[in-house]
Amino acid sequence: SSKRTDLARCGNGLKSISHTQIGWLNLHKDNQNVPHNSSLYKKPFVESFEETPLWVAVLTYMGYGILTIFGYLRDFLRHWDIEKCHVARERDEQKDFVPLYQDFENFYTRNLYMRIRDNWNRPICSVPGAKVDLVERVTHDYNWTFEHTGKVVKDVINMGSYNYLGFAENTGACADAALEVTKMYGVGVGSTRCEMGNLDIHEEMEQLVARFLGVESAMAFGMGFATNSMNIPALMGKGCLILSDELNHTSLVLGARLSGSTIRVFKHNNMQSLEKLLRDAIVHGQPRTHRPWKKILIVVEGIYSMEGSIVRLPEVIALKKRYKAYLYLDEAHSIGALGPNGRGVVDYFGLDSKDVDIMMGTFTKSFGAAGGYIGGKKELIDYLRRHSHSAMYATSMSPPVAQQIITSMKIIMGEDGTTLGADRLRQLSQNTTFFRRRLHEMGFIIYGNDDSPVVPLMLYMPAKIGAFGREMLKRNIGTVVVGFPATPIIESRARFCVSAAHTREMLDTVSPISNMKHKRQKFTFIFSPPPYSYLQHGLFLL
Amino acid sequence: WCSQHDWVEDMSAPAYHLILEGILILWIIRLLFSKTYKLHETYKLTEKEKEELIEEWQPEALVPPVSKDYPTLNYDVVTGPPSHKITINGKDCINFASFNFLGLLDNERVKQKALASLKKYGVGTCGPRGFYGTFDVHLELESRLSKFMKTEEAILYSYGFATIASAIPAYSKRGDIIFVDEAACFAIQKGLQASRSLIKYFKHNDMEDLERLLKEQELEDLKNPRKARVTRKFIVVEGLYINTADICPLPELVKLKYKYKVRIFLEESMSFGVLGDHGRGVTEHFGVNIDDIDLISANMENALASIGGFCCGRSFVIDHQRLSGQGYCFSASLPPMLAAAAIEALNIMEEDPDVFRVLREKCKHVYNALQGTPGLKLAGVPVAPALHLELERSSGSRESDMKQLRSVVDYCMERHVALTLARCLEKEERFLPPPR
Repeated sequence: SSKRTDLARCGNGLKSISHTQIGWLNLHKDNQNVPHNSSLYKKPFVESFEETPLWVAVLTYMGYGILTIFGYLRDFLRHWDIEKCHVARERDEQKDFVPLYQDFENFYTRNLYMRIRDNWNRPICSVPGAKVDLVERVTHDYNWTFEHTGKVVKDVINMGSYNYLGFAENTGACADAALEVTKMYGVGVGSTRCEMGNLDIHEEMEQLVARFLGVESAMAFGMGFATNSMNIPALMGKGCLILSDELNHTSLVLGARLSGSTIRVFKHNNMQSLEKLLRDAIVHGQPRTHRPWKKILIVVEGIYSMEGSIVRLPEVIALKKRYKAYLYLDEAHSIGALGPNGRGVVDYFGLDSKDVDIMMGTFTKSFGAAGGYIGGKKELIDYLRRHSHSAMYATSMSPPVAQQIITSMKIIMGEDGTTLGADRLRQLSQNTTFFRRRLHEMGFIIYGNDDSPVVPLMLYMPAKIGAFGREMLKRNIGTVVVGFPATPIIESRARFCVSAAHTREMLDTVSPISNMKHKRQKFTFIFSPPPYSYLQHGLFLL
Repeated sequence: WCSQHDWVEDMSAPAYHLILEGILILWIIRLLFSKTYKLHETYKLTEKEKEELIEEWQPEALVPPVSKDYPTLNYDVVTGPPSHKITINGKDCINFASFNFLGLLDNERVKQKALASLKKYGVGTCGPRGFYGTFDVHLELESRLSKFMKTEEAILYSYGFATIASAIPAYSKRGDIIFVDEAACFAIQKGLQASRSLIKYFKHNDMEDLERLLKEQELEDLKNPRKARVTRKFIVVEGLYINTADICPLPELVKLKYKYKVRIFLEESMSFGVLGDHGRGVTEHFGVNIDDIDLISANMENALASIGGFCCGRSFVIDHQRLSGQGYCFSASLPPMLAAAAIEALNIMEEDPDVFRVLREKCKHVYNALQGTPGLKLAGVPVAPALHLELERSSGSRESDMKQLRSVVDYCMERHVALTLARCLEKEERFLPPPR
């Protein structure tokens, strides 16, 4: 099975042996009814998640430990007014109210996040395409406040935006169509879907989405996050069971919680864990009363955005059919980005979209618009039109956004008469393969599936997070770095999002620079230069 | 002979004792070596039984069947722009159904600014706020909103519903107490559910009921002061209620706030851009100091004719949402053209404060005109731009009431006036409002 290899002998996080493993997995040793799944995959499924080498883990924990001790020290200094406190304070009139925040809740924010805060929320002032213009900002008080200098950092290579097919553009067919629609319809709608907000353009878009996905019917919503959190409660309730992957997105977790069903978590992409949970659930029924479950829903994502892994869809569908469960597939990142025709992870594996009960996705990533959709059988969509929280209470999508979806989807499907869509899909898959191979050759630890355009590069040490982000920016490359709590504490990473708009030259620029900078950081495993106040300069030696 | 006898007697007691002890020792050995088992594992199923159970289990259908003539199944299709004159299902009507309070949905200036922004930024933002999704338009809109509302900071969300539904769980966690009005809108209810706090409902706009609940809570706190010191308490109210179209008594709420030390969260979706001399909402309407309200949340979909929502207040309160507001951190940011449209709408509001007076007069006019309609009663205050017409005498069943109201709506549409039935999810609402 695609377990983490334990043969990583590393120096400085460089792996020294090949990690490829084919995903043939035996579900049972004494396999009775589930078909042996080597036949389920039409092409090799290559995924790898190298295990953190021991000495790296130790050093990372040490780094966090030292930062925590310093955090306590600085809190102490702030409390006794030795250090100036930049943290916002409660009103004097409300000083005797119960405190709004527990001190410890914000410990991480105050002491660890603040040091490297300049790596996030970087404002931009151009189209978020392959190259982007950043607003330059400086901080005079060590990241507590920022000032805009008025200058613009031009042409930063954008490896952070979710622009897989390059539809984030302000010229071209999509932009022209959106312009026309804005002139005609305006920008706002002012009503909910079921009252007065159902425009003809929404109907056209939904029919197109249904055709694109190959399902009977589809419905679109104004926000991707809200699609999950408002529709899962409409479908599941008390007495139902939701089996959710370990690393599912917050919106899926929130939707599952709001539904009131029982939630059980299976290990990430681990089919044995999922099967064991399914069997136990059906055999033992609900806890304590042992009544049978009303429905079982398996919730998975197409591409997991922090790991870069692709769901093992053929096996999940085999399990779902065997145990009569329902499948909810969240294709936020994979729609448009995977598959020979861009139809997502179902297309990638060559499966039938009718096998997935509920196909959900967002338009933000590959289509350059905003919003989410759910596709499936006609009864399902009719039910959602009546019972979805979003249709009843939330405003419908803005008309130019809907038009952008229509135009971009037509381009991908090839219905606009050009080969632009097919070109972009091909470019994306070529870029992905090239970029991943280059980074492998240089010896980085990359997580995820070989075909996924999300490329996480492991950093591990807390100091490297800040240093990597800053150094890359100095060299005009914008990357995304993530640490705790979005990832496990010792697995901080930098994440690259490959786009069809990136050219070979851009990717060539990015890889050697990461390599050079990474090598330079060989010994800076804890001691990256964080900002300090003047008083502490004397106290700390780092 | 006596000593022998004694000896035999001595021996007999120990012999009896010995046998007993021997039996006890044997029993202990047996207990030590027997397998222990928990009660519920006494029935270990065989593989065959498990397979049978799996074969037999049948789930319910994913969705229950929906009857074909359900009223909200078939939406009315609007062709063309949703402004004052609207084309529904092919008929031209005057639009009394959209929340277009200031008439900015088809304002030319707003459209021009949105077009300019589209030409510069494209449509989508391709990322959340943390990862290159923050545009300078967003920062500008946030600073303009905070200046307009005279607060320190504002935070922008990309969806109106998600604004209050993410704001409440960011502050109130399990163990905290929230006092909510019964007529709170659905978004607030979802926010409350997500926060897992203890919810206490008080009767709509009834300050005595609220005070009673607060007094009860105070007595409870005296019993357990340690717990009370860490339990946060909030009051969540709306400025102008969407369900009943009346205004909350804000000055009394502020008095209660300082008396019982609870924080106020104010939801101003309907009253932002409507109440007050400059459109600043219910705080301006009553002349309450805006710093007394901890958090004001509003959506931009009503008066500002854009999409999205915002929260404003002091930096101490708002800054927390930048890392813990789920709809902010984990969702893509607002498309820049919508933010630009909102900025221009805000400009229009600031330039011409007379528009609010005009709106109020028109609302009063409509209110007076609808007052005497036979068979229908009007719910709402004269300044509310969204009024509800309810049946005076209910027939007893919700379905037939809805059908009757639907026929009223259809009759109006025949005469080119567009109204709508207020829709709600019957099973999900906590306190179901009457049909209207």
